[in-house]
Amino acid sequence: MNIPVNINQAACDSQPILRERGQREVFCGLTSIVWLHRKIQDAFFLVVGSRTCAHLIQSAAGVMIFAEPRFATAIIDERDLAGLADIDDELDRVVNRLLERRPDIKMLFLVGSCPSEVIKLDLKRAAQRLNREHLPNVRVLNYSGSGIETTFTQGEDACLASLVQDLPDAGNKTNLLIAGALPDAVEDQFLRLFGDMGISCSILPGRRSNAMPAVGKNTVFLMAQPFLGDTARALKDRGATALQAPFPIGAEGTTLWLKAAADHFNVPQSMFDNVTAAPRQRAELALKAQRAKLSGKSIFFFPDSQLELPLARFAARELGMKLVEVGTPYLHAQHMAQELAMLPAGTALSEGQDVDRQLDRCRAAKPDITVCGLGLANPLEAEGLTTKWSIELVFSPIHGYEQAADLAGLFARPLSRRERLAV
Amino acid sequence: MQLTLWTYEGPPHIGAMRVATAMKGLHYVLHAPQGDTYADLLFTMIERRGARPPVTYTTFQARDLGKDTADLFKTTCAAAYERFLPQAMIVGASCTAELIQDDPGGLASTLGLPIPVIPLELPAYQKKENWGASETFYRLTRALAKPGDKRGPKTCNILGPTALGFRNRDDIVEVTRLLDALGIEVLVTAPMNATPADIAKLPEAAFNVSLYPEVSDATARFLEKNFGQKFTTTIPIGVGATRKFLQEVAELAGVDATELLVRETGRLPWYSRSVDSTYLTGKRVFVFGDATHAMAAARMAKSELAFDVVGIGTYSREFARPMRELAAELGIEALISDDYLDVEAKVAELQPDLVLGTQMERHIAKRLGVPCAVISAPVHVQDFPARFSPQMGFEGANVIFDSWVHPLMMGLEEHLLHMFKDDFEFSENAAPSHLGHQKQETAAPVAAVTTPETLSWMPEAEAELKKIPFFVRKKARRNTEAFAVSRGLAHISIETLYDAKAHYSR
Repeated sequence: MNIPVNINQAACDSQPILRERGQREVFCGLTSIVWLHRKIQDAFFLVVGSRTCAHLIQSAAGVMIFAEPRFATAIIDERDLAGLADIDDELDRVVNRLLERRPDIKMLFLVGSCPSEVIKLDLKRAAQRLNREHLPNVRVLNYSGSGIETTFTQGEDACLASLVQDLPDAGNKTNLLIAGALPDAVEDQFLRLFGDMGISCSILPGRRSNAMPAVGKNTVFLMAQPFLGDTARALKDRGATALQAPFPIGAEGTTLWLKAAADHFNVPQSMFDNVTAAPRQRAELALKAQRAKLSGKSIFFFPDSQLELPLARFAARELGMKLVEVGTPYLHAQHMAQELAMLPAGTALSEGQDVDRQLDRCRAAKPDITVCGLGLANPLEAEGLTTKWSIELVFSPIHGYEQAADLAGLFARPLSRRERLAV
Repeated sequence: MQLTLWTYEGPPHIGAMRVATAMKGLHYVLHAPQGDTYADLLFTMIERRGARPPVTYTTFQARDLGKDTADLFKTTCAAAYERFLPQAMIVGASCTAELIQDDPGGLASTLGLPIPVIPLELPAYQKKENWGASETFYRLTRALAKPGDKRGPKTCNILGPTALGFRNRDDIVEVTRLLDALGIEVLVTAPMNATPADIAKLPEAAFNVSLYPEVSDATARFLEKNFGQKFTTTIPIGVGATRKFLQEVAELAGVDATELLVRETGRLPWYSRSVDSTYLTGKRVFVFGDATHAMAAARMAKSELAFDVVGIGTYSREFARPMRELAAELGIEALISDDYLDVEAKVAELQPDLVLGTQMERHIAKRLGVPCAVISAPVHVQDFPARFSPQMGFEGANVIFDSWVHPLMMGLEEHLLHMFKDDFEFSENAAPSHLGHQKQETAAPVAAVTTPETLSWMPEAEAELKKIPFFVRKKARRNTEAFAVSRGLAHISIETLYDAKAHYSR
């Protein structure tokens, strides 16, 4: 029942990696607010930035959120820049107005942006000042989601890293922590699986500001998302130990990920098999139907969320797809070691982006399916390529056994549409 | 510093993108950090464009700051020219690049490119999207327009339509059709579908049709001053305005519009006069949008559908003055604000029967349980329908009649609800039948009616109130309570209820 994993170090080291600099067609870290604000339900995200920042989040979130959102932008104007207004006073005024309107807010993130970084606005000091005024009712934290420092999902990394400093101390208690925002249903599945193995486990971020997990020197953590480099470093600074595993994408990835924790906590193999057998079989059965549609198809990944390597590994190993190019905004060699080792030997990897050159390569390769951002998808469809918008891979539940076939379905549906349409 | 939940307009460089994306043969090189490429998806997703906007971003990062961002701009600019070979280029900075003061215009000029390169100064911390579009169009025209031979009196240009404009795609088709019916030739429509070479030809027409003053006014004035081209001031939204517009262009071109004005009227005049539309009379509407569309909608609402305009406003501060003048004519005060919360408070206060607004007001109306139709940008994917649906001209008036009237409960439907209000399918939560059977969202707390503490309803008055159709019950309750408070009453009886009804009846 165990899947043999060939961790081929030689293959891993020999992967050719194309590193490019040029126009990047990716979001900045502010965009991750779109899901973070749904995850931590009493937190508010205040971007300190420009009208562009406000417009970006609004556009990325779509004008589709009907409730009053738990994010906003404090737009810097020329009076702030010219020094006509004291920018600290202005920020305090905006925060006070916000907290008056929203007494339900218990945690406030001041989120730095490109303009706030360039003018060197010290949001850390601002958070300390505001904490003196608003604690214990509201805790004020800060991080940067600026595009000059962060790409898309790195915004979540920066946010979680800022949370780690404030997590309660677990003392000598041994515990398992899962790092990374996941849809509630997926979290619950993982908690059940670990619970059935007798491992008590908690998740960062918690769903409310007063339900954040504890961390200490006997904490071990598993990363559920591949983009959490700073968060991992902050957890290690608090004494926690990282478990190395592939990411829980696909049935195979999920098994290996769960197994890393099970082995650490000395869960007997028979118990591990008992707990995982049913969901694993379900996943494999459901994947079989998708594999029939996808096997042998070629796939090209444009860089987006850093999920590209685990997704490519899943596509290649569990769906039988051919990897044309796997682009990622940033390749963290250490966190990706196991993923790299599981990719077919010789997979073309690229890090960073020069979008026009990458489009040239994509057009020349004519992949059966291209995974790319929303800015590129319709233009490529119009050129006759089939695309899957990558943002859906970030917003949809894709992790774990029960979602493995849904994830495959996200790749299969655009192909099926192209086959069905006769206009 | 301004607290902003939702914005009506993006930063000014988005306006420049709307101009560049609408045009052909023009390329925009934007000095901007990673992330600003989000703007591409506005065009490819909302407008479903099948090509990327013609924009190249420098994508500078933290490590480039203080080192070689200027050099990065130059290399990017040169590479963009080589790859896209445009007829002309515009160069500029987004908000962050403005702070690092690299001077894109100056840097680009050192490259010695064999095409016109037009620098844009779009102050991101002062100005907004529509201003940015207007400034870009004006700078392009200033740089490219050449004096040329006039092509005769019956020629004009259409100025103003851009990418992401509200129904601009279809408006220009309808307006061009009407001009053609008068024997007037449209030489250039710009920015939409125009090339830099077309911009150069703008002075050859006899006059200009300025369709979207937010974008076209500065350019139309420039062309008038420098090339003696008069321009139209009537925006052809609504039957009355379309007729006035056609008379205006007929005069400018020296042609006779009489025959066309007799032949064409559209269906709106008869639809508004047909008996079913009696139910539209006196419906209270709140209008908000860009100044051009909001003012046109208010005029139409009043004279062409017999609505009561109870509130009007715009986020276009540049057009506050004409908006205030129109509001004064209507006997109301204009709301000039780009703060979504101000607009929401106004709608909650006025409790209109219909909101005519932007996608923002659609949210507000949905929260407050008020029907809404969209009349202006900011836009949403729904504002780019597959079918032909202009706002301008006679066909535009037809489209507007349908889209404003459909969200309302109409005529017989209102009667049936009244007669059979105890029927389970006519419950208070029933949506208008054409909207399917989904339950309406419950109104937000702001819209809830709370009885003042000093006031109580006598049981029989409360029972009588329940006999009033639910869609006016809230209003009846509020009016009765206001009436009781004004009379210093502590209890509301059936008598009070009917006294209040008589007091408020119009």
